[in-house]
Amino acid sequence: MAGKPVLHYFDGRGRMEPIRWLLAAAGVEFEEKFLKTRDDLARLRSDGSLMFQQVPMVEIDGMKLVQTKAILNYIASKYNLYGKDMKERAIIDMYTEGVADLEIMILYYPHMPPEEKEASLAKIKEQTRNRYFPAFEKVLKSHGQDYLVGNRLSRADIALVELLYHVEELDPGVVDNFPLLKALRSRVSNLPTVKKFLQPGSQRKPFDDAKCVESAKKIFKIVLPEDSIRSSRWNRWNTL
Amino acid sequence: MAGKPVLHYFNARGRMECIRWLLAAAGVEFEEKFIQSPEDLEKLKKDGNLMFDQVPMVEIDGMKLAQTRAILNYIATKYDLYGKDMKERALIDMYSEGILDLTEMIGQLVLCPPDQREAKTALAKDRTKTRYLPAFEKVLKSHGQDYLVGNRLTRVDVHLLELLLYVEEFDASLLTPFPLLKVRPTQRGSHTHASENTWWDRGLRSLLSGL
Repeated sequence: MAGKPVLHYFDGRGRMEPIRWLLAAAGVEFEEKFLKTRDDLARLRSDGSLMFQQVPMVEIDGMKLVQTKAILNYIASKYNLYGKDMKERAIIDMYTEGVADLEIMILYYPHMPPEEKEASLAKIKEQTRNRYFPAFEKVLKSHGQDYLVGNRLSRADIALVELLYHVEELDPGVVDNFPLLKALRSRVSNLPTVKKFLQPGSQRKPFDDAKCVESAKKIFKIVLPEDSIRSSRWNRWNTL
Repeated sequence: MAGKPVLHYFNARGRMECIRWLLAAAGVEFEEKFIQSPEDLEKLKKDGNLMFDQVPMVEIDGMKLAQTRAILNYIATKYDLYGKDMKERALIDMYSEGILDLTEMIGQLVLCPPDQREAKTALAKDRTKTRYLPAFEKVLKSHGQDYLVGNRLTRVDVHLLELLLYVEEFDASLLTPFPLLKVRPTQRGSHTHASENTWWDRGLRSLLSGL
Protein backbone atom coordinates (compact mmCIF):
# COMPACT_ATOMS: atom_id res chain seq x y z
CA MET A 1 0.00 0.00 0.00
CA ALA A 2 2.30 2.75 -1.26
CA GLY A 3 2.15 6.30 0.06
CA LYS A 4 -0.56 8.66 1.11
CA PRO A 5 -3.72 9.37 -0.84
CA VAL A 6 -3.31 12.34 -3.19
CA LEU A 7 -6.26 14.68 -3.64
CA HIS A 8 -6.56 16.60 -6.90
CA TYR A 9 -8.79 19.66 -6.72
CA PHE A 10 -8.64 23.41 -6.49
CA ASP A 11 -7.74 25.11 -3.22
CA GLY A 12 -11.24 25.42 -1.88
CA ARG A 13 -14.01 23.37 -0.35
CA GLY A 14 -16.18 22.60 -3.35
CA ARG A 15 -16.92 18.92 -3.71
CA MET A 16 -13.71 17.74 -2.11
CA GLU A 17 -14.38 18.94 1.42
CA PRO A 18 -16.38 15.93 2.65
CA ILE A 19 -13.52 13.72 1.45
CA ARG A 20 -10.99 15.75 3.44
CA TRP A 21 -13.18 15.46 6.53
CA LEU A 22 -13.58 11.71 6.21
CA LEU A 23 -9.89 11.05 5.68
CA ALA A 24 -8.97 13.32 8.56
CA ALA A 25 -11.50 11.76 10.90
CA ALA A 26 -10.15 8.33 9.95
CA GLY A 27 -6.68 9.55 10.90
CA VAL A 28 -5.35 9.22 7.37
CA GLU A 29 -2.67 11.64 6.25
CA PHE A 30 -3.13 12.86 2.72
CA GLU A 31 -1.47 15.11 0.17
CA GLU A 32 -3.13 17.70 -2.00
CA LYS A 33 -2.23 18.81 -5.50
CA PHE A 34 -4.09 22.03 -6.17
CA LEU A 35 -5.26 22.99 -9.61
CA LYS A 36 -4.41 26.63 -10.13
CA THR A 37 -4.97 27.22 -13.83
CA ARG A 38 -7.03 25.79 -16.62
CA ASP A 39 -3.88 24.23 -17.97
CA ASP A 40 -3.56 22.19 -14.79
CA LEU A 41 -7.01 20.75 -15.43
CA ALA A 42 -6.25 20.25 -19.12
CA ARG A 43 -3.10 18.34 -18.24
CA LEU A 44 -4.94 15.98 -15.89
CA ARG A 45 -7.50 15.39 -18.61
CA SER A 46 -4.96 14.69 -21.33
CA ASP A 47 -3.04 12.36 -19.00
CA GLY A 48 -6.13 10.19 -18.94
CA SER A 49 -6.28 10.57 -15.17
CA LEU A 50 -9.90 11.66 -15.02
CA MET A 51 -12.42 9.08 -16.13
CA PHE A 52 -15.11 11.67 -16.84
CA GLN A 53 -12.78 14.67 -17.28
CA GLN A 54 -13.80 15.87 -13.83
CA VAL A 55 -12.37 16.44 -10.40
CA PRO A 56 -12.43 15.58 -7.49
CA MET A 57 -9.96 12.84 -8.23
CA VAL A 58 -8.15 10.90 -5.52
CA GLU A 59 -5.17 8.67 -6.09
CA ILE A 60 -5.49 5.91 -3.54
CA ASP A 61 -4.26 2.32 -3.40
CA GLY A 62 -3.21 2.28 -7.03
CA MET A 63 -6.50 3.69 -8.29
CA LYS A 64 -7.36 7.10 -9.74
CA LEU A 65 -10.84 7.42 -8.35
CA VAL A 66 -13.27 10.06 -9.48
CA GLN A 67 -16.86 10.71 -8.39
CA THR A 68 -17.20 12.00 -4.87
CA LYS A 69 -19.50 9.23 -3.68
CA ALA A 70 -17.28 6.47 -5.05
CA ILE A 71 -14.32 7.99 -3.22
CA LEU A 72 -16.22 8.42 0.04
CA ASN A 73 -17.61 4.87 -0.12
CA TYR A 74 -14.13 3.43 -0.56
CA ILE A 75 -12.60 5.41 2.27
CA ALA A 76 -15.48 4.58 4.61
CA SER A 77 -15.18 0.87 3.84
CA LYS A 78 -11.43 0.81 4.13
CA TYR A 79 -11.36 2.54 7.49
CA ASN A 80 -14.30 0.73 8.96
CA LEU A 81 -16.65 3.70 9.15
CA TYR A 82 -19.45 2.09 7.19
CA GLY A 83 -21.35 0.03 9.73
CA LYS A 84 -21.09 -3.62 10.60
CA ASP A 85 -23.48 -5.13 8.04
CA MET A 86 -25.74 -4.53 5.08
CA LYS A 87 -28.62 -3.10 7.08
CA GLU A 88 -26.46 -0.66 9.01
CA ARG A 89 -24.93 0.40 5.71
CA ALA A 90 -28.40 1.06 4.33
CA ILE A 91 -29.28 3.35 7.21
CA ILE A 92 -25.89 5.05 7.05
CA ASP A 93 -26.36 5.59 3.31
CA MET A 94 -29.82 7.05 3.79
CA TYR A 95 -28.56 9.51 6.41
CA THR A 96 -25.40 10.36 4.48
CA GLU A 97 -27.30 10.99 1.26
CA GLY A 98 -29.65 13.34 3.06
CA VAL A 99 -26.71 15.24 4.51
CA ALA A 100 -25.10 15.37 1.07
CA ASP A 101 -28.23 16.84 -0.51
CA LEU A 102 -28.12 19.81 1.86
CA GLU A 103 -24.34 20.01 1.86
CA ILE A 104 -24.14 20.38 -1.92
CA MET A 105 -26.45 23.39 -1.76
CA ILE A 106 -24.14 24.92 0.82
CA LEU A 107 -20.95 24.09 -1.04
CA TYR A 108 -22.29 25.63 -4.24
CA TYR A 109 -23.66 28.74 -2.54
CA PRO A 110 -20.48 30.90 -2.69
CA HIS A 111 -20.16 30.13 -6.39
CA MET A 112 -23.66 31.16 -7.38
CA PRO A 113 -24.37 34.30 -9.39
CA PRO A 114 -25.07 37.21 -7.01
CA GLU A 115 -28.69 37.61 -8.12
CA GLU A 116 -29.45 33.99 -7.19
CA LYS A 117 -27.74 33.99 -3.80
CA GLU A 118 -30.57 35.34 -1.71
CA ALA A 119 -33.06 32.73 -2.84
CA SER A 120 -30.47 30.01 -2.39
CA LEU A 121 -29.70 31.07 1.16
CA ALA A 122 -33.39 31.19 2.03
CA LYS A 123 -33.82 27.67 0.70
CA ILE A 124 -30.82 26.39 2.64
CA LYS A 125 -32.16 27.87 5.87
CA GLU A 126 -35.64 26.57 5.29
CA GLN A 127 -34.56 23.04 4.50
CA THR A 128 -32.10 22.97 7.37
CA ARG A 129 -34.62 24.06 9.96
CA ASN A 130 -37.67 22.22 8.63
CA ARG A 131 -36.35 19.08 7.06
CA TYR A 132 -32.83 17.97 7.79
CA PHE A 133 -32.06 19.00 11.33
CA PRO A 134 -35.40 17.75 12.69
CA ALA A 135 -34.88 14.42 10.92
CA PHE A 136 -31.51 13.83 12.52
CA GLU A 137 -32.52 15.15 15.92
CA LYS A 138 -35.34 12.61 15.77
CA VAL A 139 -32.93 9.78 15.05
CA LEU A 140 -30.73 10.62 18.01
CA LYS A 141 -33.74 11.01 20.25
CA SER A 142 -35.20 7.68 19.15
CA HIS A 143 -32.31 5.57 20.38
CA GLY A 144 -30.58 7.91 22.80
CA GLN A 145 -27.16 6.69 21.70
CA ASP A 146 -24.02 8.67 21.18
CA TYR A 147 -23.84 8.11 17.44
CA LEU A 148 -26.34 7.95 14.61
CA VAL A 149 -26.00 4.27 13.70
CA GLY A 150 -24.95 1.15 15.53
CA ASN A 151 -23.82 2.90 18.67
CA ARG A 152 -20.45 3.73 17.23
CA LEU A 153 -18.81 6.33 15.01
CA SER A 154 -19.54 6.05 11.30
CA ARG A 155 -19.23 8.22 8.24
CA ALA A 156 -22.77 9.44 8.86
CA ASP A 157 -21.69 11.19 12.07
CA ILE A 158 -18.71 12.78 10.38
CA ALA A 159 -20.76 13.99 7.43
CA LEU A 160 -23.42 15.40 9.73
CA VAL A 161 -20.95 17.19 11.98
CA GLU A 162 -19.25 18.76 8.97
CA LEU A 163 -22.69 19.93 7.87
CA LEU A 164 -23.43 21.41 11.29
CA TYR A 165 -20.30 23.54 11.11
CA HIS A 166 -21.03 24.66 7.55
CA VAL A 167 -24.64 25.56 8.21
CA GLU A 168 -23.74 27.69 11.16
CA GLU A 169 -21.55 29.84 8.97
CA LEU A 170 -24.67 30.78 7.02
CA ASP A 171 -27.27 30.61 9.78
CA PRO A 172 -25.56 31.37 13.09
CA GLY A 173 -27.07 29.79 16.15
CA VAL A 174 -29.34 27.40 14.30
CA VAL A 175 -27.75 24.35 15.92
CA ASP A 176 -28.70 25.66 19.36
CA ASN A 177 -32.28 24.70 18.61
CA PHE A 178 -31.29 21.05 18.27
CA PRO A 179 -29.71 19.93 21.56
CA LEU A 180 -28.89 16.38 20.49
CA LEU A 181 -27.22 17.56 17.31
CA LYS A 182 -25.26 20.04 19.36
CA ALA A 183 -24.13 17.27 21.70
CA LEU A 184 -23.14 15.06 18.76
CA ARG A 185 -21.08 17.86 17.34
CA SER A 186 -19.21 18.30 20.62
CA ARG A 187 -18.65 14.61 21.01
CA VAL A 188 -17.30 14.11 17.50
CA SER A 189 -15.26 17.33 17.64
CA ASN A 190 -13.47 16.02 20.71
CA LEU A 191 -12.27 12.84 19.04
CA PRO A 192 -8.50 13.27 18.68
CA THR A 193 -8.42 13.06 14.88
CA VAL A 194 -11.31 15.47 14.43
CA LYS A 195 -9.99 17.82 17.08
CA LYS A 196 -6.72 18.01 15.20
CA PHE A 197 -8.50 18.68 11.92
CA LEU A 198 -10.44 21.53 13.51
CA GLN A 199 -7.27 23.33 14.56
CA PRO A 200 -5.95 26.18 12.42
CA GLY A 201 -3.27 25.08 9.98
CA SER A 202 -4.96 21.79 9.13
CA GLN A 203 -6.06 20.86 5.63
CA ARG A 204 -9.64 21.87 6.39
CA LYS A 205 -10.64 24.63 4.00
CA PRO A 206 -12.30 27.90 5.02
CA PHE A 207 -15.53 29.16 3.51
CA ASP A 208 -14.96 29.65 -0.23
CA ASP A 209 -14.36 33.41 -0.30
CA ALA A 210 -14.43 35.77 -3.29
CA LYS A 211 -10.82 35.06 -4.19
CA CYS A 212 -11.45 31.34 -4.09
CA VAL A 213 -14.56 31.71 -6.25
CA GLU A 214 -12.55 33.68 -8.83
CA SER A 215 -9.90 31.00 -8.89
CA ALA A 216 -12.48 28.28 -9.43
CA LYS A 217 -14.10 30.22 -12.25
CA LYS A 218 -10.75 30.50 -13.97
CA ILE A 219 -10.00 26.80 -13.76
CA PHE A 220 -13.44 25.38 -14.38
CA LYS A 221 -14.47 27.77 -17.08
CA ILE A 222 -17.73 25.99 -17.73
CA VAL A 223 -19.42 27.87 -20.49
CA LEU A 224 -22.73 26.16 -20.84
CA PRO A 225 -24.35 26.72 -24.21
CA GLU A 226 -27.18 28.45 -22.39
CA ASP A 227 -24.76 30.92 -20.81
CA SER A 228 -23.43 31.94 -24.19
CA ILE A 229 -26.95 32.34 -25.48
CA ARG A 230 -27.79 34.56 -22.52
CA SER A 231 -24.72 36.70 -23.05
CA SER A 232 -25.33 37.13 -26.77
CA ARG A 233 -28.85 38.30 -26.02
CA TRP A 234 -27.46 40.78 -23.55
CA ASN A 235 -24.99 42.02 -26.15
CA ARG A 236 -27.75 42.56 -28.65
CA TRP A 237 -29.77 44.48 -26.06
CA ASN A 238 -26.73 46.48 -25.15
CA THR A 239 -26.22 47.77 -28.68
CA LEU A 240 -29.77 49.03 -29.04
CA MET B 1 -37.90 -11.99 5.24
CA ALA B 2 -41.56 -11.00 4.87
CA GLY B 3 -43.12 -10.13 1.54
CA LYS B 4 -42.01 -8.33 -1.53
CA PRO B 5 -40.36 -4.92 -1.55
CA VAL B 6 -42.90 -2.11 -1.97
CA LEU B 7 -41.93 0.87 -4.07
CA HIS B 8 -43.52 4.24 -3.33
CA TYR B 9 -43.30 6.71 -6.18
CA PHE B 10 -45.19 8.36 -8.99
CA ASN B 11 -46.17 6.28 -11.97
CA ALA B 12 -43.13 7.51 -13.85
CA ARG B 13 -39.45 6.74 -14.37
CA GLY B 14 -37.97 9.64 -12.43
CA ARG B 15 -35.59 8.55 -9.70
CA MET B 16 -37.22 5.18 -9.16
CA GLU B 17 -36.57 3.61 -12.55
CA CYS B 18 -33.00 2.53 -11.84
CA ILE B 19 -34.29 0.76 -8.73
CA ARG B 20 -36.94 -1.06 -10.75
CA TRP B 21 -34.26 -2.17 -13.21
CA LEU B 22 -31.96 -3.46 -10.50
CA LEU B 23 -34.67 -5.41 -8.70
CA ALA B 24 -35.83 -6.88 -12.00
CA ALA B 25 -32.29 -7.82 -13.01
CA ALA B 26 -31.86 -9.50 -9.63
CA GLY B 27 -35.06 -11.48 -10.27
CA VAL B 28 -36.86 -9.89 -7.34
CA GLU B 29 -40.62 -9.43 -7.57
CA PHE B 30 -41.82 -6.14 -6.17
CA GLU B 31 -45.02 -4.17 -5.64
CA GLU B 32 -45.63 -0.53 -6.44
CA LYS B 33 -47.85 1.96 -4.67
CA PHE B 34 -48.24 4.93 -6.98
CA ILE B 35 -48.62 8.44 -5.69
CA GLN B 36 -51.48 9.79 -7.75
CA SER B 37 -52.46 12.94 -5.91
CA PRO B 38 -50.95 15.52 -3.55
CA GLU B 39 -53.01 13.88 -0.80
CA ASP B 40 -51.23 10.56 -1.37
CA LEU B 41 -47.88 12.22 -0.82
CA GLU B 42 -49.13 14.16 2.19
CA LYS B 43 -50.35 10.97 3.79
CA LEU B 44 -46.99 9.29 3.31
CA LYS B 45 -45.30 12.26 4.92
CA LYS B 46 -47.73 12.57 7.78
CA ASP B 47 -47.50 8.90 8.64
CA GLY B 48 -43.78 9.38 9.18
CA ASN B 49 -42.74 7.10 6.34
CA LEU B 50 -40.40 9.46 4.54
CA MET B 51 -37.27 10.40 6.41
CA PHE B 52 -36.72 13.57 4.40
CA ASP B 53 -40.30 13.94 3.15
CA GLN B 54 -39.17 12.64 -0.21
CA VAL B 55 -39.71 9.74 -2.55
CA PRO B 56 -38.43 7.31 -3.79
CA MET B 57 -39.07 5.23 -0.71
CA VAL B 58 -38.83 1.46 -0.67
CA GLU B 59 -40.15 -0.79 2.06
CA ILE B 60 -37.74 -3.69 2.20
CA ASP B 61 -36.72 -6.11 4.92
CA GLY B 62 -38.46 -4.15 7.64
CA MET B 63 -36.91 -0.83 6.62
CA LYS B 64 -38.47 2.21 5.01
CA LEU B 65 -35.52 3.27 2.93
CA ALA B 66 -35.33 6.65 1.29
CA GLN B 67 -32.59 8.05 -0.97
CA THR B 68 -32.05 6.39 -4.30
CA ARG B 69 -28.43 5.45 -3.73
CA ALA B 70 -29.10 3.97 -0.30
CA ILE B 71 -31.78 1.79 -1.86
CA LEU B 72 -29.62 0.78 -4.83
CA ASN B 73 -26.64 -0.01 -2.61
CA TYR B 74 -28.74 -2.24 -0.36
CA ILE B 75 -30.30 -4.16 -3.23
CA ALA B 76 -26.95 -4.56 -4.98
CA THR B 77 -25.34 -5.90 -1.81
CA LYS B 78 -28.19 -8.19 -0.92
CA TYR B 79 -28.31 -9.80 -4.36
CA ASP B 80 -24.58 -9.98 -4.85
CA LEU B 81 -24.40 -7.47 -7.67
CA TYR B 82 -21.82 -5.22 -6.06
CA GLY B 83 -18.49 -6.83 -6.82
CA LYS B 84 -16.40 -9.17 -4.74
CA ASP B 85 -14.42 -6.68 -2.67
CA MET B 86 -13.80 -3.07 -1.80
CA LYS B 87 -11.75 -2.28 -4.89
CA GLU B 88 -14.30 -3.74 -7.29
CA ARG B 89 -16.94 -1.75 -5.43
CA ALA B 90 -14.90 1.40 -5.97
CA LEU B 91 -14.85 0.88 -9.73
CA ILE B 92 -18.51 -0.06 -9.77
CA ASP B 93 -19.33 3.10 -7.82
CA MET B 94 -17.21 5.31 -10.04
CA TYR B 95 -18.80 3.95 -13.21
CA SER B 96 -22.32 3.98 -11.71
CA GLU B 97 -22.05 7.59 -10.60
CA GLY B 98 -21.01 8.66 -14.08
CA ILE B 99 -23.95 6.75 -15.53
CA LEU B 100 -26.31 8.39 -13.06
CA ASP B 101 -25.00 11.85 -13.97
CA LEU B 102 -25.76 11.34 -17.66
CA THR B 103 -29.07 9.60 -16.97
CA GLU B 104 -30.16 12.62 -14.98
CA MET B 105 -29.00 15.04 -17.64
CA ILE B 106 -31.06 13.27 -20.29
CA GLY B 107 -34.00 12.57 -18.00
CA GLN B 108 -34.33 16.21 -16.98
CA LEU B 109 -34.69 17.47 -20.54
CA VAL B 110 -38.43 16.91 -20.44
CA LEU B 111 -38.65 19.09 -17.36
CA CYS B 112 -36.64 22.06 -18.47
CA PRO B 113 -38.28 25.28 -19.67
CA PRO B 114 -38.79 25.41 -23.47
CA ASP B 115 -36.39 28.30 -23.95
CA GLN B 116 -33.54 26.29 -22.43
CA ARG B 117 -34.33 22.99 -24.05
CA GLU B 118 -32.29 23.39 -27.19
CA ALA B 119 -29.12 24.34 -25.37
CA LYS B 120 -29.53 21.65 -22.72
CA THR B 121 -30.20 19.05 -25.39
CA ALA B 122 -27.05 20.05 -27.23
CA LEU B 123 -25.04 19.77 -24.03
CA ALA B 124 -26.48 16.36 -23.21
CA LYS B 125 -25.63 15.09 -26.68
CA ASP B 126 -22.13 16.48 -26.45
CA ARG B 127 -21.50 14.92 -23.06
CA THR B 128 -22.90 11.60 -24.24
CA LYS B 129 -20.64 11.30 -27.21
CA THR B 130 -17.47 12.98 -25.97
CA ARG B 131 -17.39 12.17 -22.28
CA TYR B 132 -19.50 9.26 -21.12
CA LEU B 133 -19.81 6.75 -23.94
CA PRO B 134 -16.10 6.93 -24.76
CA ALA B 135 -15.28 6.26 -21.11
CA PHE B 136 -17.29 3.03 -21.04
CA GLU B 137 -16.16 1.91 -24.47
CA LYS B 138 -12.61 2.34 -23.21
CA VAL B 139 -13.25 0.19 -20.13
CA LEU B 140 -14.66 -2.66 -22.18
CA LYS B 141 -11.88 -2.39 -24.72
CA SER B 142 -9.22 -2.39 -22.01
CA HIS B 143 -10.08 -5.82 -20.63
CA GLY B 144 -12.12 -7.35 -23.44
CA GLN B 145 -14.44 -9.02 -20.94
CA ASP B 146 -18.16 -9.49 -21.17
CA TYR B 147 -18.97 -7.28 -18.20
CA LEU B 148 -17.68 -3.97 -16.97
CA VAL B 149 -16.17 -5.12 -13.66
CA GLY B 150 -14.79 -8.38 -12.40
CA ASN B 151 -15.75 -10.47 -15.38
CA ARG B 152 -19.26 -11.07 -14.14
CA LEU B 153 -22.59 -9.28 -14.03
CA THR B 154 -22.83 -6.48 -11.50
CA ARG B 155 -25.18 -3.57 -10.92
CA VAL B 156 -23.19 -1.30 -13.18
CA ASP B 157 -23.92 -3.42 -16.25
CA VAL B 158 -27.61 -3.08 -15.46
CA HIS B 159 -27.28 0.70 -14.97
CA LEU B 160 -25.40 1.01 -18.27
CA LEU B 161 -27.94 -1.04 -20.17
CA GLU B 162 -30.69 1.20 -18.86
CA LEU B 163 -28.74 4.30 -19.89
CA LEU B 164 -28.00 3.00 -23.38
CA LEU B 165 -31.68 2.42 -23.97
CA TYR B 166 -32.33 6.02 -22.94
CA VAL B 167 -29.60 7.20 -25.29
CA GLU B 168 -31.17 5.17 -28.05
CA GLU B 169 -34.51 6.85 -27.37
CA PHE B 170 -32.83 10.23 -27.23
CA ASP B 171 -30.72 9.93 -30.38
CA ALA B 172 -29.70 6.52 -31.61
CA SER B 173 -26.97 7.94 -33.81
CA LEU B 174 -25.00 8.79 -30.67
CA LEU B 175 -24.29 5.11 -30.23
CA THR B 176 -22.87 4.53 -33.68
CA PRO B 177 -19.18 5.26 -32.92
CA PHE B 178 -19.14 2.77 -30.05
CA PRO B 179 -19.10 -0.79 -31.32
CA LEU B 180 -18.66 -2.37 -27.93
CA LEU B 181 -21.69 -0.53 -26.53
CA LYS B 182 -23.87 -0.79 -29.55
CA VAL B 183 -27.43 -1.65 -28.69
CA ARG B 184 -28.59 -4.43 -30.91
CA PRO B 185 -31.20 -3.09 -33.29
CA THR B 186 -34.63 -4.51 -32.64
CA GLN B 187 -37.14 -2.97 -34.95
CA ARG B 188 -35.09 -0.97 -37.35
CA GLY B 189 -34.79 -2.81 -40.64
CA SER B 190 -33.55 -6.35 -40.61
CA HIS B 191 -30.03 -5.83 -39.38
CA THR B 192 -30.31 -8.36 -36.62
CA HIS B 193 -27.10 -10.23 -37.13
CA ALA B 194 -26.92 -13.47 -35.28
CA SER B 195 -23.98 -12.59 -33.13
CA GLU B 196 -22.47 -9.14 -33.20
CA ASN B 197 -19.57 -9.23 -30.88
CA THR B 198 -20.72 -6.47 -28.61
CA TRP B 199 -20.95 -6.25 -24.86
CA TRP B 200 -24.66 -6.07 -25.36
CA ASP B 201 -24.87 -9.33 -27.21
CA ARG B 202 -22.34 -11.37 -25.37
CA GLY B 203 -23.01 -10.28 -21.88
CA LEU B 204 -26.53 -9.06 -21.72
CA ARG B 205 -28.57 -11.21 -24.05
CA SER B 206 -29.07 -13.80 -21.36
CA LEU B 207 -30.00 -11.12 -18.87
CA LEU B 208 -32.60 -9.61 -21.18
CA SER B 209 -34.16 -12.91 -21.99
CA GLY B 210 -34.84 -13.34 -18.30
CA LEU B 211 -36.52 -9.96 -17.82
